[in-house]
Amino acid sequence: MNGFLYLTGVVTLELDSAKCKGCLMCMEVCPHAVFDVEHKKAVILHKDLCMECGACAKNCKEGAITVKSGVGCAAGIINGLIRGTEPTCDCNSGGNCC
Amino acid sequence: MTGYIYGEIETQAGSLPRVETRWNRHDRWGAIRTRWSVGRMRYRVAPGIYAVGDPDRNSMVFVTGNYKLSFDHLRRALNGINCWILVIDTKGINVWCAAGKGTFSTKEVVRRIRIHHLEQVVDHRKIILPQLSATGVAAHDVKKMTGFIVKYGPVLAKDINAYVNSGLKATSAMRTVTFPLVERLKLIPVDVFYGKYYILVVPLLFLLLSGLNPGGYSFDLILHTGGKSVVNLFSGYLAGCVIAPAILPWIPFRRFSIKGVIVGWFVALMLLLTGTMGITLTEKVSWFLIIGALSSFMAMNFTGSSTFTSLSGVQKEMKTALPVQIGMVSLGFIGWIITRFITI
Repeated sequence: MNGFLYLTGVVTLELDSAKCKGCLMCMEVCPHAVFDVEHKKAVILHKDLCMECGACAKNCKEGAITVKSGVGCAAGIINGLIRGTEPTCDCNSGGNCC
Repeated sequence: MTGYIYGEIETQAGSLPRVETRWNRHDRWGAIRTRWSVGRMRYRVAPGIYAVGDPDRNSMVFVTGNYKLSFDHLRRALNGINCWILVIDTKGINVWCAAGKGTFSTKEVVRRIRIHHLEQVVDHRKIILPQLSATGVAAHDVKKMTGFIVKYGPVLAKDINAYVNSGLKATSAMRTVTFPLVERLKLIPVDVFYGKYYILVVPLLFLLLSGLNPGGYSFDLILHTGGKSVVNLFSGYLAGCVIAPAILPWIPFRRFSIKGVIVGWFVALMLLLTGTMGITLTEKVSWFLIIGALSSFMAMNFTGSSTFTSLSGVQKEMKTALPVQIGMVSLGFIGWIITRFITI
């Protein structure tokens, strides 16, 4: 899967293991197998595989995970630049979107 | 267009429509059309609860968005399982994108459970959501607000049977998103139409400008030089939005913009051999700049379709790529205009 590795060292994903209670919901929802379990707690195993979708943080009851999530999409970022907002897709204006 | 509904089933929450698990002609044709962006934003089903097979008060409940292609994939995968489908209103957007945009959300799931009285249709308190909706849904909040426990199913509907048979357990492979060739090819048409009317306007501009020459304006040149320009422009555009996505993992470098330049310049080399790049060095260099920039931009745009690029990564990439692309295309355009008048 090396051809599917994107830029390294940029991902904003953080896990506060002091807060983790080991429900492992993050492992369940992560689409890129970023997490693993160690001593009954979640750990970040492959940080560079993270696409910052935010599913783990959203489903972490303890609030142990933070990530600046958003659309990892050039068109969305350009949209944001033009409108002066966060990166956004173009769905509400009736245009095409992903 | 409601050919997928046959009959009704009586429940405490009223009579609910029963759906086919097989695709008919309309479903197959619709799937093709929507991939090509024809009426994609109107390809929807009505939110609500639907029956699959002959479900009862203990049957499983699967939740999905109201993009018809999502709904169709789900009901097809549920063939042979007696269950319920709860369709929520995602404004006709697919599950993952809707979750990212916040229309497939905790709020909407909770709202639909309440509006359609799911608690009157089934006795248990468990709903199965597609894993990719987790970006927008907090399972613990749905539980808190409705009493329904959220189970995340597999990423792909086709794995639902295996998931159900193993007692609602998904393997690591079922939880992981891949991006194989077939999936990349399916997404290419969307990006081909990214340019919208510019796809016509820009080539037209080049056609008109190609008539310019030191002696004034020549209509013969429109066909000759202009025709070649159109070929070059489309080649650069398609290099970035068709060839680059198709061979994505095999192109060196991680940045999509660099992958795009590589493919673009390879295509430009081919064009050089076929003679569409003009005669002078300035014109050839100009075309390399324009084709490279076009291909680079369109390949970078494919980050939106890809399933593994992070926002932080794309922002970092664009910070350098976008100015370079703009610079390349501007220089290329100026160079091309100059060669209309001076032979160097």
